[in-house]
Amino acid sequence: MAETGQMKVEKQIVLPMFKAIQMSYQSIQIRLGRSIITIMGISFAIAFLTSIFSSIAINGALLTKGPEYLQARLSGGVGIKAQQIWLMSLSLLVCVVGITNAMLMSVTERYREIGTMKCLGALDSFIVKLFLIESAFQGIIGAVAGVIIGNLSMILISLIKYGGIIWKVFPWLSIIKTGMIAIFFGVILTIVGAIYPAYRAAKMVPADAMRKDE
Amino acid sequence: MPAENVVRTRGVTKVFRLGELSVPALKGIDMEIKRGEYISIMGPSGSGKTTLFNMIGGLDKPSEGRVYIDEVDVAQLDAYELAWLRCRKIGYIFQTFNLIPVMSALENVTLPMVFAGMSADDSREKGVALLSRVGLGDRVHHKPFQLSGGQQQRVAIARALANDPAIVLADEPTGNLDLNTGKEIIQLLKTLNREKEVTIISATHDLKMIDVSDRIFWIRDGKIERVERRADIELEVGTVEGQ
Ligand SMILES: Nc1ncnc2c1ncn2[C@@H]1O[C@H](COP(=O)(O)OP(=O)(O)OP(=O)(O)O)[C@@H](O)[C@H]1O
Ligand SMILES: [Mg+2]
Repeated sequence: MAETGQMKVEKQIVLPMFKAIQMSYQSIQIRLGRSIITIMGISFAIAFLTSIFSSIAINGALLTKGPEYLQARLSGGVGIKAQQIWLMSLSLLVCVVGITNAMLMSVTERYREIGTMKCLGALDSFIVKLFLIESAFQGIIGAVAGVIIGNLSMILISLIKYGGIIWKVFPWLSIIKTGMIAIFFGVILTIVGAIYPAYRAAKMVPADAMRKDE
Repeated sequence: MPAENVVRTRGVTKVFRLGELSVPALKGIDMEIKRGEYISIMGPSGSGKTTLFNMIGGLDKPSEGRVYIDEVDVAQLDAYELAWLRCRKIGYIFQTFNLIPVMSALENVTLPMVFAGMSADDSREKGVALLSRVGLGDRVHHKPFQLSGGQQQRVAIARALANDPAIVLADEPTGNLDLNTGKEIIQLLKTLNREKEVTIISATHDLKMIDVSDRIFWIRDGKIERVERRADIELEVGTVEGQ
């Protein structure tokens, strides 16, 4: 009796953005402990990156504008350019690996939840939105904290090494500039690091998503 | 309209590929389930119950064959229609409860209503009513970790009924519960089955389920071995140690 036709399958509605923001916010708030660990992961990676940037900036400023004895001391090392490039690449790598790892962890431990939400009628796009917003929140907080931690610790180290002289040549502009770059970089990385696994999890058939973390 | 097939499968097979190896989990399942029936799918571990559950629920795709829900071929639905079907037509209950851990009992129950676009006030009211119906009227703001296993499963049952589905699918709903709590959950499912005329399909190896089932599909090695009506079984109680 295929012609009973009493059921008409309709299309699921797309939920408004504020619903996703509300749920992401709630999720971060309630998962605060776990969320802070993720944020710390992000901020340490960014702090490392920032500290390299800022030490290069401070040393550079001392080298060009500092007192002669410091200029002599700093220009002594040969191949300082190559070393800086090496350090910068290394810190970038640490940053990328650290953040994607933190986000990967926070998504994979929620595969079952993603599968459950799909059973209850969530569209793939809604799940991706949830994680996008959640990771953006975490990314902004983590990256800002990381820039502050990285700069403060480098300034402290420079103060100990060279003394108050660094304030005379302090490269405010480039510290602010690199700080902004690091924040931007951190937020983008955090979102990409979460979106990719969240997208994959959302695309998964629910049966597989719910088997994942037995 | 008691004679309609709310679920019908035709030649459903499922083969899992693990590298070179292929594991046939279902080997041609044909079943017809009428509106309002209480069905148990029984069989030993690894016989394919969960796999069949996933096929009927639109949670996985068969390798071959067709699944019809209310005579609609599930394979023909696009992503939006499939989400609608999962949201409105089917309620799911799992062995591990699968409540969203950060949400209260009420929020868990109202989540499917949110996905269905119901207003916050209406869904709260309906959610409280459903939680009261399953005996948790005084626990609406508890988080899952503040509830016992049996209570969590009651929340899951209330959540499964959120959008008045035609079918409730349960995969080992009593698997993680002790004997008495399991009995209570089975009784609750049976009562709801009568009251709301909702079709219940439960994969289980809990023999307590036999008492409340209208029909039992015995499955072994991915095939339906036999189908029994409770009326027939009651005559030969001693011989049901089928596993
Ligand atoms: N995703 C998968 N990948 C590979 N093999 C699978 C997968 N899912 C199920 N199987 C295999 O299919 C068979 C049936 O599994 P299924 O989970 O359906 O059994 P079951 O009857 O639910 O068992 P249990 O009572 O233990 O829950 C098993 O041999 C299992 O190993
Ligand atoms: Mg199973």
